Amino acid sequence: MRKRLNTTYYLVIFALGIFMLVIIGYYVYDSSVQEKEGFIEADAPIPLEEIENRIENGVHVQTGLVDGEGLNLVIANCTACHSAQLVTQNKADKEGWKNMIVWMQQTQNLWDLGDQEEKILNYLAKYYAPEQAASATFRRPPLKDIEWYDLTEQ
Amino acid sequence: MVIYWLLGENPIIWYLSSIAFESTHMNAFDPAKRRNFLKKASLGSLAALLGTEIVFALPKNYLPVALENDPQTLFGKHKDLILRNNLPWNVESPAHLLDDNVTPDEKMFIRNNGLVPETIDVAAWTLTINGEGVRREKSYTLAELKSKFPRHTYHLVLECGGNGRSEFYPPAEGNQWEVGAVSCAEWTGVRLKDILDDVGIKSNAVYVGYHGADLHLSRDASKEAISRGIPIAKALEEETLLAYQMNGKDIPLVHGHPLRLIASGFPASVSGKWITALSVRDRVHDGEKMAPPSYSIPCDPVQPGTEVPKENMCIIEKMPVKSLITYPKSGAMIKDKTLLSIRGHAWTGETKVSKAEYSIDFGATWTPCRLQQAKNRYAWQDFEAKVSFPQKGYYEVWVKATDNTGESQPMLTPGWNPKGYLNNACHRIAIKVV
Repeated sequence: MRKRLNTTYYLVIFALGIFMLVIIGYYVYDSSVQEKEGFIEADAPIPLEEIENRIENGVHVQTGLVDGEGLNLVIANCTACHSAQLVTQNKADKEGWKNMIVWMQQTQNLWDLGDQEEKILNYLAKYYAPEQAASATFRRPPLKDIEWYDLTEQ
Repeated sequence: MVIYWLLGENPIIWYLSSIAFESTHMNAFDPAKRRNFLKKASLGSLAALLGTEIVFALPKNYLPVALENDPQTLFGKHKDLILRNNLPWNVESPAHLLDDNVTPDEKMFIRNNGLVPETIDVAAWTLTINGEGVRREKSYTLAELKSKFPRHTYHLVLECGGNGRSEFYPPAEGNQWEVGAVSCAEWTGVRLKDILDDVGIKSNAVYVGYHGADLHLSRDASKEAISRGIPIAKALEEETLLAYQMNGKDIPLVHGHPLRLIASGFPASVSGKWITALSVRDRVHDGEKMAPPSYSIPCDPVQPGTEVPKENMCIIEKMPVKSLITYPKSGAMIKDKTLLSIRGHAWTGETKVSKAEYSIDFGATWTPCRLQQAKNRYAWQDFEAKVSFPQKGYYEVWVKATDNTGESQPMLTPGWNPKGYLNNACHRIAIKVV
C-alpha cells in the first residue's frame, strides 16, 4: 500500500517535472526566437550577398559611406558589428581612427585586421577627416595642399 | 574616333579597369576579344571585390573605361591639366599653366556636354540658318562662309559659367571646377551679324539658338547634347563670330572643329561647338540646357541651400569681372628682401577692366598692378607687379580686378546659387619669405 502510494507520488512528480520543463523550454525557445528576429531587423551585419553596389553622387547607397579606395573593406569589417552611421557621423585623423579600432579590439571583440588595417585607416582618415566638416563652413577656407618650392629665377 | 563607355569617377572601377587594361596586352591585336575581356575583367573583379554579383547592363557598343583614353593622347593636352570628368570630357587647367597671353590649345580647358562627333566631313559641312525669325531658310558650305564674308580675328575669353563651383557651400552639383575653366585664344571667323544680314531676319527675331553635331550621351540621335543660344542683341555684336580657326589653325576637334559659335562675355556654354545650324527664334530659345536650373541663377538672391522654383530662375547673360594670378605658381618660397614678380590676367563681360590691385595683408591694403589695355573687347588684359614683403613669414598674394562699371571682385565666395555659377571671388597664391 505504502509502496503503491510512493510509486504514484513519484509518477506525479515526474509528470509535473516534464510539464514544467516543457513550459520553461517553450519560453526559452520563444524568447530566443524573438530576440533573434529583433536582432536581424535592427543590428545584424548586412549579409555579404545582400550588399548592393549602387553608388550615387559618390556615396555607397546602402551604407551611406563615401565611395573610395577601401570602401569594401570598411563595409566588410566595420558594418559586421555596427551600422555605417557610426562611421559616417564621426570625424578623426588617422591616429584618432586607430585609437577607436584599438578600443574596439580591446573591449568589443573586434578581430585583428591584419594588413587590411592600414587600408581601412587610410580610407577613414581620408573621407572622415576632422578638417572636412570645419572647412566646408568657411566662405574661403585656408589654402591647402600647398606644394612649397624655392623660387629664385625672377 | 571611338568614344568609349566610361564608368564615371568611381575609383574602384578605375582601379579595376587599370588591372583589366594591363591584362589585355596579350589580346591587344584582337579588338573584339579585348573588348569582351575588358567587360568581363572589370565587372567580374568588381563583383569579386564586393563579394557579390552585380548586374551591370552595358548598352551595346559601349565599353568600360580604357586607360589609353586620356586627354593627352586623345586631344594633345598638357599632362598637368586636371581631369574632372571623362564622360563627357571635362578638363581644366591649373592657374599657373594659363600664363600665356593667348592660351595655346594644349592648355585650354575642355567642357563638353555630349560626345565628340565621330566623323567630321569638312567638304560636306553646311551651316543652315532657319527658325521663325528668318525670311527664308538658307545654307552655306564652309567654303562659302569663308569666301562670302569678311574674316575677323579677336582674342576672346571663354569661361565656363560654373568655373569656381567647387568653393560654393552647400556644395553645388556638377563638375567641381576650381579656377581653370577659362581661356583666351585668338579666334578667326566671320561675324554672325554678317550672316544674319545676308539671310535676312524678321522683326520678330529675339534669340539665336545653335545646333551642333555632338552626340547625346545616350547616343540617342533624336536628342541634342546641348543647344543653347544668345539674345539677338548679342548675336549682332561685332565680336560674336562663327569661327573656323583658333590660334591661326583649324579649330582642334575637341574645341569645335570645323565651326564654332563664339559669344564671349556670356557663359562659354553659349559658344556652341561643331555648329551645323542656327535657329533665329521668335522667343527665348528652348533647346537643351536652356531651361533652369542650367546656366540660370535665382532672379532674387537666396539664402545658401535654398530650393529655388524654376520660374524664379533667370538665364545668365553676363560673366562677372574676374582675374587670375598665373605667375608664380602658388607655394613659391623666396629669400628675404627680394622682390616677387607676379602676373596674370583680368577680364569682364562688361566693356573693359579698369583696375587690377594686389594685397599681401588679406585685403587690409591694396596696391595697383600695371594693367595692359585689351587687344579688343572681351580679351583678357595682362597685369603685373613687383611685390615686396615687410618681413619673413607666410603670405597670401590676392588680386582684385575692377571693371568699367565700378564693379570689382569679392574676396568671399559670392552669392550662393543652386548650380554654383558665377564664382568670381579673388584668386590668391601662397608665398613664404624665408
